Amino acid sequence: MWQPTASIDALRQRAAIIASIRAFFDSRNVLEVETPCLSSHTISDPYLQAMVTKHTEPGASQSRTLYLQTSPEYAMKRLLAAGSGDIFQLCKAFRDDEVGRLHNPEFTMLEWYRVGFDMHSLINEVGALLIEILPIINIDQFTYVEVFQRLLGFDPLNISMNELRNVCDSCDLSNYAESLKASIYDIHSDNGQRLLKDSLLQVLFNQQIEPNIGVTSPAIVTNFPASQASLATLSSDGETANRFEVYFKGVELANGFNELTNVKEQTVRFEEDNAKRALLGLPAQVIDRYFLAALRAGLPNCSGVALGVDRLIMLATEQTSIEKVMSFSHRNC
Amino acid sequence: MANFSTNEFKAGLKIMLDGEPCNILENEYVKPGKGQAFNRVKIRKLISGKVLEKTFRSGESFEAADVMDTELAYLYSDGEFWHFMNNETFEQIAADEKAVADSVKWLVENDVCTITLFNGSPIVVTPPNFVEIEIVETDPGLKGDTAGTGGKPATLATGAVVRVPLFVQTGEIVKVDTRSGEYASRAQTQK
Repeated sequence: MWQPTASIDALRQRAAIIASIRAFFDSRNVLEVETPCLSSHTISDPYLQAMVTKHTEPGASQSRTLYLQTSPEYAMKRLLAAGSGDIFQLCKAFRDDEVGRLHNPEFTMLEWYRVGFDMHSLINEVGALLIEILPIINIDQFTYVEVFQRLLGFDPLNISMNELRNVCDSCDLSNYAESLKASIYDIHSDNGQRLLKDSLLQVLFNQQIEPNIGVTSPAIVTNFPASQASLATLSSDGETANRFEVYFKGVELANGFNELTNVKEQTVRFEEDNAKRALLGLPAQVIDRYFLAALRAGLPNCSGVALGVDRLIMLATEQTSIEKVMSFSHRNC
Repeated sequence: MANFSTNEFKAGLKIMLDGEPCNILENEYVKPGKGQAFNRVKIRKLISGKVLEKTFRSGESFEAADVMDTELAYLYSDGEFWHFMNNETFEQIAADEKAVADSVKWLVENDVCTITLFNGSPIVVTPPNFVEIEIVETDPGLKGDTAGTGGKPATLATGAVVRVPLFVQTGEIVKVDTRSGEYASRAQTQK
């Protein structure tokens, strides 16, 4: 059990890929930065669990709670607000309650921000990086609505709850839908219905769409429903978010946004997250005041993306699980 | 009865699903970047034998199935039930046609079989991996052909039909792998 989960050869390949990522950004004049793994606040996303630790100052009788970052997003946006310009970071991120073939509680993330880029310019850059690292020659691009219409035959933005339940029944997901329904408090409220709808669309996306896109070339899906905007700006009609995700060989590889810069809208998103948390029986999260203050001071218009480096290396080296490209996994760390 | 949450699922765990005991074969945890985590679980329904892939919400829990395997010796069939006995306690149990199913053609008196009990009743009968049974009918083989070129069908005393090499004759006892239904060798002990 003491031996590494990756072969030494895989670790060499890993080092070469990390070096080419650095060279890619160096050639584009994007500054490498490091932000702390520890933070006094954590994110409000209802589906991410942060790991918690404590810090005690010398001689202090009480310790302070600190969170391990689930991503470096807030700290990097504070750098952008302070005038850093284009930045990238290769860092460890930590997520509790995640273990599997594609999950390790501690993993390596590549996150970068480009000032003045809209979503499509950043998508082009993601494509250029992937073409450099993976044995591929092009990238496919679809909208969220397109993939649902093509593979499941319905419009995900306008489908009624009854029709959506019928689709789930035909995909052998009726028990799952019932169990999901039972896990949401106040299921009959508008928020409860929206949460249920998004969760059902998500499972259909994962089971019916993901296996059928990004088979030979990576597929980038854009324009997620506004209710799944997270920290992305909305399209001009307000129906969809300027958010994209990259899928390749059944692996979710990256998630990018045209970044929300409006502090009022950001506060509303935080409150919506806390409302979702309440529906799921989770405690509300305290909003990161440093992040909000940075937004108030002014985040430049920019787009940013986070990419799972272990997954990228796994795909580049044709392994089937990320632990085959990590020195030690959670099982023998 | 205990409950098991999806995060305790592992191969071999037995749970109740739609009123039927099921054996978990594989469990994959799926956590999209956004949205609820779920588990893709491959299960075998123990009564029907069907293998299914199901999606469960992560953290959902299921009642454990009161299923246990016992080793019992086959005694006889009365035409309706197949009777088995625990060689230590001499306790007897009768399995019906549904539980015996395809295993019927491998049941040899005194062979110890695995009987899967659900709430105390037999639901699956699994014969030993290898059984030795007499050939009751097969075409006479050609003399001198010992290598065999694909063999010939032979009917065994239990009714099973297996392919045997040409040199094996009626009246001989053969050893058969019950998992594949293939001839393994001539039995060490002949009648």
